Amino acid sequence: MEANQVVAPGELLADGDHILGENAYRIGTQIFSACVGLLEIDGNRVLVVPFKGGYLPHEGDLVVGRIIDIGLSGWSIDILAPYQSMLPASETPGSRGPRRRDLSEILEVGDMVLAQVLAFDRTRDPLLTIKGPGLGKISNGRVVQIAAAKIPRLIGRKGSMISMLKRETGCQITVGQNGIALVWGKSPEAEELAVEAIYMIEREAHTRGLTDRIREMIAKNNVVGEVAGT
Amino acid sequence: MWLEKLPEHKTELIDSKGVRADGRKLDQLRPIKLEVGILDKADGSAYIEQGKNKILVAVYGPREAHPKHIALPDRAVIRCRYHMAPFSVDERKNPAPSRREHELSKVIRESLEPVVLTDLYPRTVIDLFVEILQSDGGSRCAGITGASLALADAGIPMRELVAACAIGKIEGKLALDLSDSEDKYGEADLPVAYVPNANLVTLLQMDGELTIEEFNKGLEMAVEACKTIHTMQREALKKKFREIKESVIEKEETEVVA
Amino acid sequence: MSATPQLPPVAKLEQKTIVDMISRGKRIDDRGIENYRTITIEAGLIEKANGSAEVHLGKSRVLVGVKVQTGPPFPDTPDEGVLTVNAELVPLASPSFEAGPPSEEAIELARVVDRGIRESKAVDVKSLVLEKGKKVQVVYVDVYVLDHDGNLIDAAAMAALTALINAKVPKMEMKGDEVIVKSSHHPLPLNNYPVAVTFAKVNGTILVDPSLEEEQVMNARLTVTIDKNGRICAMQKGGQYGFTVEELKRAVGVAVQKAAENRTKILAVAKG
Repeated sequence: MEANQVVAPGELLADGDHILGENAYRIGTQIFSACVGLLEIDGNRVLVVPFKGGYLPHEGDLVVGRIIDIGLSGWSIDILAPYQSMLPASETPGSRGPRRRDLSEILEVGDMVLAQVLAFDRTRDPLLTIKGPGLGKISNGRVVQIAAAKIPRLIGRKGSMISMLKRETGCQITVGQNGIALVWGKSPEAEELAVEAIYMIEREAHTRGLTDRIREMIAKNNVVGEVAGT
Repeated sequence: MWLEKLPEHKTELIDSKGVRADGRKLDQLRPIKLEVGILDKADGSAYIEQGKNKILVAVYGPREAHPKHIALPDRAVIRCRYHMAPFSVDERKNPAPSRREHELSKVIRESLEPVVLTDLYPRTVIDLFVEILQSDGGSRCAGITGASLALADAGIPMRELVAACAIGKIEGKLALDLSDSEDKYGEADLPVAYVPNANLVTLLQMDGELTIEEFNKGLEMAVEACKTIHTMQREALKKKFREIKESVIEKEETEVVA
Repeated sequence: MSATPQLPPVAKLEQKTIVDMISRGKRIDDRGIENYRTITIEAGLIEKANGSAEVHLGKSRVLVGVKVQTGPPFPDTPDEGVLTVNAELVPLASPSFEAGPPSEEAIELARVVDRGIRESKAVDVKSLVLEKGKKVQVVYVDVYVLDHDGNLIDAAAMAALTALINAKVPKMEMKGDEVIVKSSHHPLPLNNYPVAVTFAKVNGTILVDPSLEEEQVMNARLTVTIDKNGRICAMQKGGQYGFTVEELKRAVGVAVQKAAENRTKILAVAKG
């Protein structure tokens, strides 16, 4: 099968000596698709990039989450995964031993945080940390939610798409692996443009020449001097 | 004899030329329409029309299991609800779940369990809702066909799509895809769900009267029909994304020309 | 809603033993792949029911009572009596049964047994009419599971058939608007003797009459109900896996033979 083709579950992708990648399964020497998506061949690896799909946490992922509950020793956080995740009090900056302060003084229910997945496996819910540069409570910016499966496309190869987007709109954009991007810019118009670009990337993620089309779309809508902070 | 209980005004199910009351041949499917991803809130969805059947299927998940005790430690639980709208049948149906709906919820779930890669999502739940908006025979099969699409639309990894179709016996002859009146006045009904790659029958029920030879032949007819429907399912899934791809290429081409 | 069932806590080692033995053609209770466990049938034990029977299938025990009462016919069949089958998986029968509304297992059991009886036209419902469109005899078949050691469907179907054959119904007549019950008794009008045969697929091997332990390791289950003429009148696949077309065809052939054997046993007890 040729790469970049749309494939459906059960379709034969390759037969022979290949490495099995994501969203595919193997029977004998044959590799079949497990999802609707685009076939990708990365060297000898055969995988499918799905069009849709929820977020499954991996250790090390940067995620944007919302505090939904405060417990005795930490916070419960919704990271749009099928598992509720936990941020223990010991994983906040400057924590040393048991805290005497009320946890809600640090983070309240409803707050949004940028966190990192510290641990996750089949037997327990994800464990998060906000110890680390740039992590912690998010106080401003627009929240944009897209399908987690499209995040790699939003980031682009070696970050090419996201860097271009930040440069052309003049906005700061933080991307969580769980499908949430945070946008804040010098003006509402700039933010609006960045948000529109992000949704366009989500919609057309599986097409070619996307980076150029996005750059053109931004250029067309950019009012010179008002957006890029000049 | 079975046919003796037909009301006086009943027309023949099959005429002298072998044509059925709705104009079909014995081995002909009713027209099928498949649409994928038509609901906004659901993670995956599909709409299927097969003859006068109108069925909407939605999938939510994998999501957290509530209550926690229904979860399984090493795989996702699949929950399925087959439900008929009160206005879906001739006599208004009471919205409370009937015993039939309970049984169909079970067999539909069991027809899809073999293909969903539930191991990937331990301790979660995948919810599947099959809503029969209008029913005209073969709704559980059309529901399974739609459910496969909804699961794939949700991005839930599956080995394959499951296609389903029923055969039956009317006026002594085996016929494909019975409508409601053919099922009522016929002599047998055999719904089948089939997975082509694995050559596996994942739903099989029968009521009526069939000789062994009729069963063997009927099963083969149903399996062939399932293969046809399976091709339609794949097309329907890919169509939506191909369309976006094509519209983008079109846009590019017009811009270049300009 | 139907949800993937919780698994019973069967140790992986036990499961492995059962599966390994089966792949060598052996079962833990020493039976052949196509053999039923010991079947004993007793009829007529509940005098207050019109008909009754208890079946012991290995260690499974199912009791069925038949009660015949009067009531209105269904609107679309004014010239037919009513047959209704219900099943209860009472909590004393198994640690996994709970009190409450019928589970999907109980509903499926009742409906599969019902299908066998109804589709084979075992009970001649046309002979159960007292006044067309107004009053008919209603035959209640109530399945009561007493001990669950696997294959409740076959045990229930056998007990239901035996109870129907065993049933004695007083003669009923209409006098104006009232039903007069006479003292003479006669059997239910029966035309057919459907028998259910259930298979379990364990790792590719198809077994007849699975015990509870075999049901706990099985991939899928198939019930085939055969009538007295060797015709199929009901089928039901259950479980989380599937069967190939070849496996289904083969199973149906085996079912005809097994059904005939069990029918002989039922008729010997019910009529004897």
